[in-house]
Amino acid sequence: MSENTTAVKDLQQQTAQKTVRFEIRRQDTAESQPYWESFVLEYRPNMNVISALMEIRRNPVNAEGKQTTPVNWEMSCLEEVCGACSMVINGRPRQSCTALVDQFTQPIKLEPMKTFPVVRDLIVDREFMFDSLKKIKAWVPIDGTYDLGEGPRMPERKRQWAYELSKCMTCGVCLEACPNVNDNSNFMGPALMSQVRLFNTHPTGAMNKDERLATIMTDGGIGECGNSQNCVVACPKGIPLTTSIAAMNRATNVQMFKNFFGSDQMVD
Amino acid sequence: MSRESDFYLRRLHSLLGIIPVGLFVAQHLVINHFATRGPEAFNAASDFMGNLPFVLFLEWFIIYIPLMFHAFYGVYIAFTAKNNVQRYGTFRNWMFMLQRITGVFLVIFIAWHIFQTRVQKALGADVDFDMMADILSNPLMLAFYIAGVLAATFHLANGVWSFLVSWGITQSPRSQTIVTYISMAIFLILSVIGVQALLAFV
Repeated sequence: MSENTTAVKDLQQQTAQKTVRFEIRRQDTAESQPYWESFVLEYRPNMNVISALMEIRRNPVNAEGKQTTPVNWEMSCLEEVCGACSMVINGRPRQSCTALVDQFTQPIKLEPMKTFPVVRDLIVDREFMFDSLKKIKAWVPIDGTYDLGEGPRMPERKRQWAYELSKCMTCGVCLEACPNVNDNSNFMGPALMSQVRLFNTHPTGAMNKDERLATIMTDGGIGECGNSQNCVVACPKGIPLTTSIAAMNRATNVQMFKNFFGSDQMVD
Repeated sequence: MSRESDFYLRRLHSLLGIIPVGLFVAQHLVINHFATRGPEAFNAASDFMGNLPFVLFLEWFIIYIPLMFHAFYGVYIAFTAKNNVQRYGTFRNWMFMLQRITGVFLVIFIAWHIFQTRVQKALGADVDFDMMADILSNPLMLAFYIAGVLAATFHLANGVWSFLVSWGITQSPRSQTIVTYISMAIFLILSVIGVQALLAFV
């Protein structure tokens, strides 16, 4: 017991003098001008960006020693599966819950993902992505007026790679990384193309695959992809987004020819 | 142009970049290479190409119309992107940006090149070895033409790579990597052919 406390004391002594400097891009309302504010915090071992933001919230005093408003941010799961705490840290978008302070050069710069409308400070509105999920029908329709019975079986090996695609948490990091998602285009983003592939792979979902393909063959669809391949580098879940995009390129091209030449343009 | 038809326009843009524009560029550089065999050989080749049957029809439907669509829609695509190589300095992101830069440069270069050659021919000049030797005797023009040829070979080689992705032919990361090496080889080979021909006029 006493050994343990001395160890903790040693650690505290080692780190007592260390501080961490944060530069945070703040914005009070959706319409107001953004500004930068610095914070200096005492270093603690295993500190991450979220725990630092919590510390600022507990004691909202900036680097000049002035009392300020607490920084606003979003978070939920704290284990990189919900996507809510995504922000741009030292220039790159990622989840702040897994962003360990030790891994960054200081000052650590925090910015909102400006590809999306900024609500306040680090909070952005990702509704664009949720609307897009509705557009591409990112679900398996099973509702009917009578029991439709069991669907077709999914081969196990297919399930295994489809599971990788299902890890997408709609965090928005790939949209923030993509040079073609911006004010000039309506591109729905890499994640959405991968979701079309996921639901078109599902044996029951595939019964509506032509509808999903039709959606990404219009404004904001797969045509907007310029193959910079930033998405696959940025994705925190390691989803093979560029493979999904290439696969959907093939699927939409085949659909395009079917629509024009064939009478079999519906599902199969 | 409605944004609803962007998908089809993009696919058309991708297709025309290879067939016929890309094939024409490769053919053009190979014919130019006759210059390394001397003025007579070049003039014979240039006369043969310039006096093909239905040459006006061939020029408009194989070169001008597809090229103009590819060029003008390409400029729209180029200015739609918000490049971010500072954030992601990956090879592919650089290629993405260079594809757009070379594309915009080529619109300027090709417009100038057509004015200097084809338009002058229409106005009565002879397109032959001497004309090119005269143009390239200016070191600035030589540099401009070398830059133009390198931009064109790069844009074509990298365009082959993205054509194969856009048409869903190369899907796996492995196939895309292999095609990257193939596209680099295309770039090097066509660049050597193109620059050797230019230097033959000097």
